[in-house]
Amino acid sequence: MSDKIPVLEMRAVDKSFGPIDVLHEISLKVNKGEVLCLLGDNGAGKSTLIKTLSGVHQPTRGEMLMDGKPVSFSKPKDAQEMGIATVHQFGGTYPLMSIGRNFFAGAEPTKGFGPFKIFDRQKANSIAVEQVQRFGITRITDGDRLVGGLSGGERQSLAIARAVYFGARVLILDEPTAALGVKQAAHVLRIVNEAKRRGLAVIFITHQVMHAMAVGDHFAVLIRGAIAADFHKGDKTREEIADLMAGGESMADLEANIEGYMEAHDGHVPDPVH
Amino acid sequence: MAETQINKGAVKRSGSFSLLSLFRRPEAGAAAGFILIFLFFGYFGVEKNFLTALGTSTWLNFASKVGIIAIPIAFLMIAGELDISIGAIIPAGGIVMALSVEHFGFNIWLGVLSSFAVAAAIGWVNGMLVTRTRVPSLIVTLATLFVVAGLNAYFSKQIAGTTQHSMPDAGVISEFLLGDYHSLVLGEGENAFTVFRSLQSSFFIWIAVAIGCFYVLHISPWGNWILAMGGDQDSARNAGIPTNKLKISLFMLSAMAAALVGMTEAVLANTASTTTQFGMIFNTIICVVVGGVLLTGGFGTVTGVVFGTLTFGIVFQGINFTAFDKDLNMLFIGALLLVAVLMNDTFRNLATSASTIKKK
Repeated sequence: MSDKIPVLEMRAVDKSFGPIDVLHEISLKVNKGEVLCLLGDNGAGKSTLIKTLSGVHQPTRGEMLMDGKPVSFSKPKDAQEMGIATVHQFGGTYPLMSIGRNFFAGAEPTKGFGPFKIFDRQKANSIAVEQVQRFGITRITDGDRLVGGLSGGERQSLAIARAVYFGARVLILDEPTAALGVKQAAHVLRIVNEAKRRGLAVIFITHQVMHAMAVGDHFAVLIRGAIAADFHKGDKTREEIADLMAGGESMADLEANIEGYMEAHDGHVPDPVH
Repeated sequence: MAETQINKGAVKRSGSFSLLSLFRRPEAGAAAGFILIFLFFGYFGVEKNFLTALGTSTWLNFASKVGIIAIPIAFLMIAGELDISIGAIIPAGGIVMALSVEHFGFNIWLGVLSSFAVAAAIGWVNGMLVTRTRVPSLIVTLATLFVVAGLNAYFSKQIAGTTQHSMPDAGVISEFLLGDYHSLVLGEGENAFTVFRSLQSSFFIWIAVAIGCFYVLHISPWGNWILAMGGDQDSARNAGIPTNKLKISLFMLSAMAAALVGMTEAVLANTASTTTQFGMIFNTIICVVVGGVLLTGGFGTVTGVVFGTLTFGIVFQGINFTAFDKDLNMLFIGALLLVAVLMNDTFRNLATSASTIKKK
């Protein structure tokens, strides 16, 4: 595995905004068909890291490589053209447009001659439905349905299917399971697995350890803008990872505290504070 | 892996027709509203000739002028913007043509071209200001409304010394196309059947504009861009849609539509005045909203706006055909607008209610 050339690699990347250092010495790599989970609490620098990877920010120091060659993105479009697709929580879906129109927004299939182009609705709908179904969302059968009527997980799936269809090689998923129910989250995780199976390099950003453990091959924990731990699947237990994310403050201690409280109060929850 | 197999049998064949899907269409609400209003005024106005060809022309002629501008305004509103400068561009369109023909002695078609050019320039300025400064378009176009109104009066007086310009008859074809009354009667004598009577040219222009705009929004790929831009501008830009250029084009389109209405009025009445048409600003917005376009952008149909304009035309003119007090006219329009907005909100909630999470 280690002799493979990573699809995307960051070498000692620093990012600072004026005097404020946000990222220090970040080194990461992600291979084809591998899921790299970036774990971190709120404010750990996850968003800045995503924005640097997707071309919104440029690294202050350090270099980024794709397929072993140095690259620099001056705008998000550059990263997209290299095959880096970023999917935000609901990014790229328009609630009041149909599934087919959503899927092809900005790259519509057309028929007809010369200036009289016709949006090929049937082709758009059938491709969109087929691509989404390939990711296991069999509930979507009608490309004319409005995206606003889909569940959060299905919208995520649509966005991911769209990115893959348009040639993404690196998929950056920004908190795709946050704010989703258990079933919905499982849905999205299945899709992450499917993307991996198809040979995409996936960077999965989350603060939910369970979700990360379910799909990740490789983990990096981000604390205050630096990589605090970098390990492979099976190297650490869930508790150890949670402790790491909390910045060394042991989750077990916290649990003990809560249990102690519950015992002292006969299992009653605290009175509401007015 | 069973779950990754494609559920081919369940893929609905698009293009199939059913009555239910017709009722589910977004413009169904606007169409139903139109039918209700039509029946209402048809019933109360039958004694005063509401249903005759001439009576119909009264409100259709009025609706057509609002309608020509309402569709491009709907495009802007779908894209998340607003244009109220049209109130001053309507007279500007008439004045530029009248001045070109009467004062500078241009050919009428050159006058039409100059008028479109001036309007396009104003629309371009609107679009540039909105896209570059990111000031809300309501404020930008409010400013250009007054700037253009001022320029109308100033240049009128400086060039021709008056704010009322006469517009000479300028050829049969131009009169026919831009400003004349048209009638179509089939058969002769006692069997004569009036298809329409005294419809202004603007009505036919409206039909042409509606067909052209229907093509752009619903058939061509650009419609997708407009909808996407109004749905989520950042995502649209990330998807490679040239949002700024598109927005500027839409502002130019609405300005040119306003100038076209100004020209038809000038040719029909043989005069062009600098009076700013503040009423048209509200009329167009009412038609667009009654037509089911969301004020927040991202959704709307041309058919809906056409029905909205027809409804508005009947309500605005229809009261003259009934025994109701004419002073209640504005009350009717206010109530209509309120009902339409409530229906729009309900529709949007229905469309997005199945989503478990609201967008941030």
